[in-house]
Amino acid sequence: MDPVISLSIGGLVAVGVYMFLAHDLPRVLIGFVLFGSAVNLTIFASGRLGATLPPFVAPGADALAAGTSNPLPQALILTAIVIGFGLTVFALMLVVRANREFSSVDAADLNAAETPIDTAKSPIPPPAPLAKKAA
Amino acid sequence: MSASLILRVSAPMLLWLPLAASLYVLLRGHNEPGGGFIGGLLAGVGLIFHAIAFGAAPTRKLLRLAPTSYCAIGVLLAAASGIPALFGAGPYLTHLWWFPDVGIVLPLGTTILFDAGVYITVVGTVATLFLSLMEEETL
Amino acid sequence: MLLIVAPLLIPLCAAALTALLRTHIAAQRVVGVSASASLLAVGLMLVARTADGSILVTQMGDWAAPFGIALVVDAFSAIMLAIAGLMALSVSIYAMGPDAAARDRAGFQPLFHSLMLGVCGAFVAGDVFNLYVWFEVMLIASFGLLVLDRTRAQIDGGLRYVFLNLVGTTVFLMAVGLLYGQLGTLNFADLARLAPQAENQGLLAAIGVMFLVSFGAKAALFPLFNWLPAAYHTASMPVAAIFAGLLTKVGVYAILRLFALVYAHDVAFFGPIFAWVAAATMVFGVFGAAAHYDIRRILSFHIVSQIGYMIIGVALLTQAAIAAAILYIVHHIVVKANLFLVAGAIRRENGSFALGRCGGLWRAAPLLAIGFLIPALSLAGIPPLSGFWGKYAVVRAGIEAEAYWLAGIALFVGLLTLYSMIKIWNEAFWKPAPEGLARTAWTRGQRIATYLPIALLCATTMTIGLWTEPFAALAETAAASLLDRDAYIAAVLGNAGQVAEFAR
Repeated sequence: MDPVISLSIGGLVAVGVYMFLAHDLPRVLIGFVLFGSAVNLTIFASGRLGATLPPFVAPGADALAAGTSNPLPQALILTAIVIGFGLTVFALMLVVRANREFSSVDAADLNAAETPIDTAKSPIPPPAPLAKKAA
Repeated sequence: MSASLILRVSAPMLLWLPLAASLYVLLRGHNEPGGGFIGGLLAGVGLIFHAIAFGAAPTRKLLRLAPTSYCAIGVLLAAASGIPALFGAGPYLTHLWWFPDVGIVLPLGTTILFDAGVYITVVGTVATLFLSLMEEETL
Repeated sequence: MLLIVAPLLIPLCAAALTALLRTHIAAQRVVGVSASASLLAVGLMLVARTADGSILVTQMGDWAAPFGIALVVDAFSAIMLAIAGLMALSVSIYAMGPDAAARDRAGFQPLFHSLMLGVCGAFVAGDVFNLYVWFEVMLIASFGLLVLDRTRAQIDGGLRYVFLNLVGTTVFLMAVGLLYGQLGTLNFADLARLAPQAENQGLLAAIGVMFLVSFGAKAALFPLFNWLPAAYHTASMPVAAIFAGLLTKVGVYAILRLFALVYAHDVAFFGPIFAWVAAATMVFGVFGAAAHYDIRRILSFHIVSQIGYMIIGVALLTQAAIAAAILYIVHHIVVKANLFLVAGAIRRENGSFALGRCGGLWRAAPLLAIGFLIPALSLAGIPPLSGFWGKYAVVRAGIEAEAYWLAGIALFVGLLTLYSMIKIWNEAFWKPAPEGLARTAWTRGQRIATYLPIALLCATTMTIGLWTEPFAALAETAAASLLDRDAYIAAVLGNAGQVAEFAR
C-alpha cells in the first residue's frame, strides 16, 4: 500500500506543479486542485496506513479497539477539503470575471495591476515600455 | 435557462427528497456517521437541482432570505450553542446534555444546536456559491 | 475563560450580524465600530492579564490538549490582539469616509470582520492546524475585500494574490501533514516538547523550510514578495490599510511562534537562513520603493523592507532580538496603516496617487501634512518617534549578538527609507500644486471619519516614542515568555503531558 500511495502523491505533485507553470489560468487552477489532492493524501498517509476499521468506539467500550484507523488525519482532511473547495470556487469566480473583463484567461494578457509607472511631470523620465507580446 | 422536461418534472422530488434525507442525516449524526456538514451538503444538492431546473431567481425566491443570511444565522446558532457552558459547566463549547423523560428518554444536547448551525451555514454557503456562479454565467 | 474566546466571538458575531443587516448600512456601521472597539478593549484586558508573563489557556469543549483544540494567549498574542483591535477600530472609522456607501453595499463590513476573525484566530491558535484554518479564514475574507470594487486592476491584482496564496497555503498544509507524520501531534506545546528529541532532525528541518516558504510568502519575505506591491495598491484605501498593517504581520507572527517554540533547538541551521532572508528583504524592498512614484507602491515596497527588521529577531533568537522584533511589529503596524490612511486622504485632496500629479498640500491641508510627517519620520526612524526605538532595539540586538553586518544593513536601509519619505513629502506636500488640480470637496462627516483615525494612530506613535519604557518592558516580557518553552508546555499541557505520553 505504501508505495502506491507515495507514488500517487509524487505523481500528483509533479502534474500539479507542471500545471502551475501554465499561462492559462484554468490550467493553473486544475493544477492547484491536483496539488491539493496530493497534500490530502500526504496527511492521510501521515496518520499511518494499514488499519481499516472505522474509528468508532463500540457501545459500552470507552476506547477505540485495536486495528481502527487514525481519526485525526480524516478530520484534518475533511477540513482541508472544505477549505480547498472554497478557495477553488473563489479563484474560479475570479477567473470567470477576468475572462469577461480582459476577454482572455492567459496570464500574459492580464496587466491592469502593473501598468507602467505614472511619472507625469516627475523628475525622472518614464522608463521605456517593456516589449510586450503582440495581443 | 431551459432544462430538459424530465428534469423540470422531477425537480420538486429532487428538491424535497434530499431535504428529507438531509434532516435524517443531521439527526443521525448524534452518535453515528452523519451530522450537520454532510446534511447541509445533501440539502444543497436539492437546491442545486431546483436551480438547474427552474433558474437562479426562483430558487432565491424559494429560499426567501438571502443565502448569505443563512450563513450568518447558522454561524450565530453554532456560536450560541457554546455559550451555556460558560455559566459554570466548563470552557466554551463544552456541550451540555439533558435527558427529559416523556414516555421515552429523549437525549437532548446543545450539540444539536451546533450541528443545526453547521447545517444551515453549509446550505447557505452552497446556495451562495452556486447561485452566484450561475448568475455570473448568464450575465 | 470568556476573555480568551472573546477575540473570536466578537468578530464572528459582528460578521454574522452585519451580513444579516444587508441593506441597513447605518446599522451595519454601528455594529462594526462597536465590535472593533470591544475587540480593542478585550485586547487591552488580555495584555493586562498577561503582562506578568502568565499564559492563559482554554481547552475548547473541555477536550484536553494535545487532543482537543486549545486556545492560548501569552503576552505576545495579547499584544498582537490589542494592536489588531486598534487597527480594526481605526479602519472601521476610516471606512465611513469617502466612498463608504458603495463599499458597504458591496459587503465591506461582513468581509472586514471575517478578516479580523481570521487574524485574531491566528493569534490565539494553540496548534498548527488551527493556525492553518484561521489563515484560510483570513485569506478568503481578504480575497473578497481585495476585489471589492471589481475594477480591472483589482481583478488582475486579486488573481496574482489568490494564486500565490493558493500555492502558499497548500505548501503550509503539506508541511502540517508531514509534521504530524513525524511527531504525531500538532499542538504547539506538544511539538515544542517532542521536536528536540525527534530522531530524524534532517526531515524536521526540511519541514521547517516548507513552513518558512509558506509563511514567508504570507509575510512577503525575499524572494517571495513580488505579489505584494502588485496587489495591495489596487485595493480600496481602508482595505489596503488593514492589509498593510496586519496581514503580513500575521505571517511574521506565525514565523516567530513556530520557530521560537518548535525549532529553537535548530537555530544553528535556521539562524543564517533567516539572517540572509532578512537582509535581502530589507534591501530589495527599499530599493523597490526608491524606484517608484506612486504613493501606494512606495508604501507597499516599504512594507516589504520593514518585514526584514522583524525577521532579524528570528534570525538571532536571543531575548533582546525577539523583544526588538515585537516592539518593531507594534510600531510598524501602527505607522504603516497610518501612512496608508494618509495616502487615501492625499488621493482625496489631489485626485491621484501619482506623485507627479500631487502638490501643494502643505498649504491646502496642513493638518494632513502633520499627519503624514509623524508616521513618515517614525518609519524612517527619527527620534523621538516610535520607529527610532524600534530600529534602535533591532540594531542593538544585532550588535549584541555580534551580527554587525545585519545591524549595518538595518541602519543603511533606514537611511533609504528616509529618502523615500522625503520624496513623498517633497512631491505631495512641499512643491507647488500642479496646474489643473481638481480638489474634491469633503463633507464634514467624511473629514472627521478620515482624520480621527489618523490622529489616533499618530497619538499612538507619539506615545510609544515618548513613553517607550512600558512598551519596551512589555515586549521584553513577551519575548521572555515566548522563549520560555517549559512554561508554555506546562501551561498548555499541564498534567495532560503525561497522559499524552501514556496514550502514545
